[in-house]
Amino acid sequence: MHRTTITQAQELLKQKKLSSLQLTEAVFARIDQVEEKVQAFAHLTREKALEQAKRADEQIAAGEKAPLLGIPIALKDLICTKGSRTTCSSKILDQFVAPYNATVVERLKQAGAVIVGKTNMDEFAMGSSNENACHHPTMNPWALDRVPGGSSGGSSAAVSAHECVAALGSDTGGSIRQPASFCGVTGLKPTYGRVSRFGLVAFASSLDQIGPLTKTVADAATLMNVIGGKDPRDSTSADVALPDFTQALQKDVKGMKLGIPKEYFTGGINPAVEKAVQEGIRTLESLGMQTVEVSLPHLDYAVATYYIIACAEASTNLSRYDGVKYGYRSEKSDNLVNMYENTREEGFGEEVKRRILLGTFVLSSGYYDAYYLKGQKVRTLIKQDFENALKQCDVIASPVTPYPAFKLGEKLNDPLQMYLADIYTISANLAGIPAMSIPCGFAKGLPVGLQLMGKHFDEASLITVGHKFQQTTDFHTKEAPL
Amino acid sequence: MTKNVDIEHMAKLARLKLTPDEKERLSDQMGTILEYIEKLNELNTDEVEPTAHVLGLNNVFREDEPIEKPLADHNPISDSPAHKKGHYEVPQIL
Repeated sequence: MHRTTITQAQELLKQKKLSSLQLTEAVFARIDQVEEKVQAFAHLTREKALEQAKRADEQIAAGEKAPLLGIPIALKDLICTKGSRTTCSSKILDQFVAPYNATVVERLKQAGAVIVGKTNMDEFAMGSSNENACHHPTMNPWALDRVPGGSSGGSSAAVSAHECVAALGSDTGGSIRQPASFCGVTGLKPTYGRVSRFGLVAFASSLDQIGPLTKTVADAATLMNVIGGKDPRDSTSADVALPDFTQALQKDVKGMKLGIPKEYFTGGINPAVEKAVQEGIRTLESLGMQTVEVSLPHLDYAVATYYIIACAEASTNLSRYDGVKYGYRSEKSDNLVNMYENTREEGFGEEVKRRILLGTFVLSSGYYDAYYLKGQKVRTLIKQDFENALKQCDVIASPVTPYPAFKLGEKLNDPLQMYLADIYTISANLAGIPAMSIPCGFAKGLPVGLQLMGKHFDEASLITVGHKFQQTTDFHTKEAPL
Repeated sequence: MTKNVDIEHMAKLARLKLTPDEKERLSDQMGTILEYIEKLNELNTDEVEPTAHVLGLNNVFREDEPIEKPLADHNPISDSPAHKKGHYEVPQIL
């Protein structure tokens, strides 16, 4: 029962073959069974979830309808939830309880969702392995000695291990798509501005975006209908009409153009990953899509550009953690400045410190033009690459990562190597376009994702193509051997 | 060649107190990362406009009135790790 998708659960609940309480209890039974191995969660909200499920059952009995009524969902632990902890997997926020709900939480609640708990992540969403978490690392359900990816590794592992029906994550440089790829689930990063960031703990404000991690593309469409749209509380949320994304599931892909960026298939890509991605592209061709070669010539500069911009914004955003207003405070300080320094030294992990320092450097007097301004200019070039390429096609297909899930500890001591693995995902954030990872095969038993990227606010085309792909393939239905 | 960074100055600006061990390691790693970032100098960007916001959004104005009162039932000072009589409490400033 815990293996159900949103679509299946909606049907079962509607037909009264299942109650929300039964489904929620089944999900918690599954958590009790596998969580010790996977460790996907930072903390659970079991009691509240069971109450919400009972209430959902009353609403269903009363004939009420809502898109997620009674369906158990998990949230990455940087999405604020009133009355339960939001830790960002950081010591500095370990006991923090937000006084308000993020807009996406409000929208999920209005849609009737049951909140299972908060999922583990790399501290402040900085990382690609979930190893930078203050609580514990998360394991990949497909191979427990390997990472689930990051930073939304807890959300992707929880979905993959059926510890929730679906989850929300956030994506600043690939943090939804890379773990989705590593764990064999569907992950969608919407267009920048499509989903409100109000109540999302900020990492890099010009890149961050909340999105769904689900078992199917159809479920991603359902969640996007709920969480998308303008929010007066987030001035950067876009005032663009929200389509009914479930309509996109009905469309055909025949005649749609699929762009293949030649730069994405050279260099250090693992042969088994490349093979799975190429086969995925051939499947889409066999469904009637027409492939065209496109060029994204500035790919090689994306990682450098990203780490300038993301770290600059992070160093500014994280200056708020000073031990005064909320969060952790160091006890061993005799004056104010000392207290700031000790609090931040003790409260932040090493990856966070590294990025704060890098961001401080690129914004500092004498280096601003050479680094930060230069990065913003190259960002323009990368954005133009995508605008040009997407004039020649509807959707771009590429790998998500150069290799499948790696072993815990394998890359922890070489941050630059860890950053370079983000090469295929980072550009979509710099360009602000929507991008999705869907399971397209396996490399020695480890899941591989196919990345689909589209025009600004055209998540619908990604959903159309991704759904069609999942109707003809069964990679997304394969079970992790837990 | 690894680029040299004045790590102590950066730590001071960022209000981070680093251990000697962290100073050494982070300084080395930052040098390697910055050296990699130098790659951007291969590109001539003299005529390129910087991008701060991908959708070209500028200021978003609204009337200076609260949309709602989400914290009406919550005193934010109570979230502080140290507070007294409705005020934040901090160590000696001067």
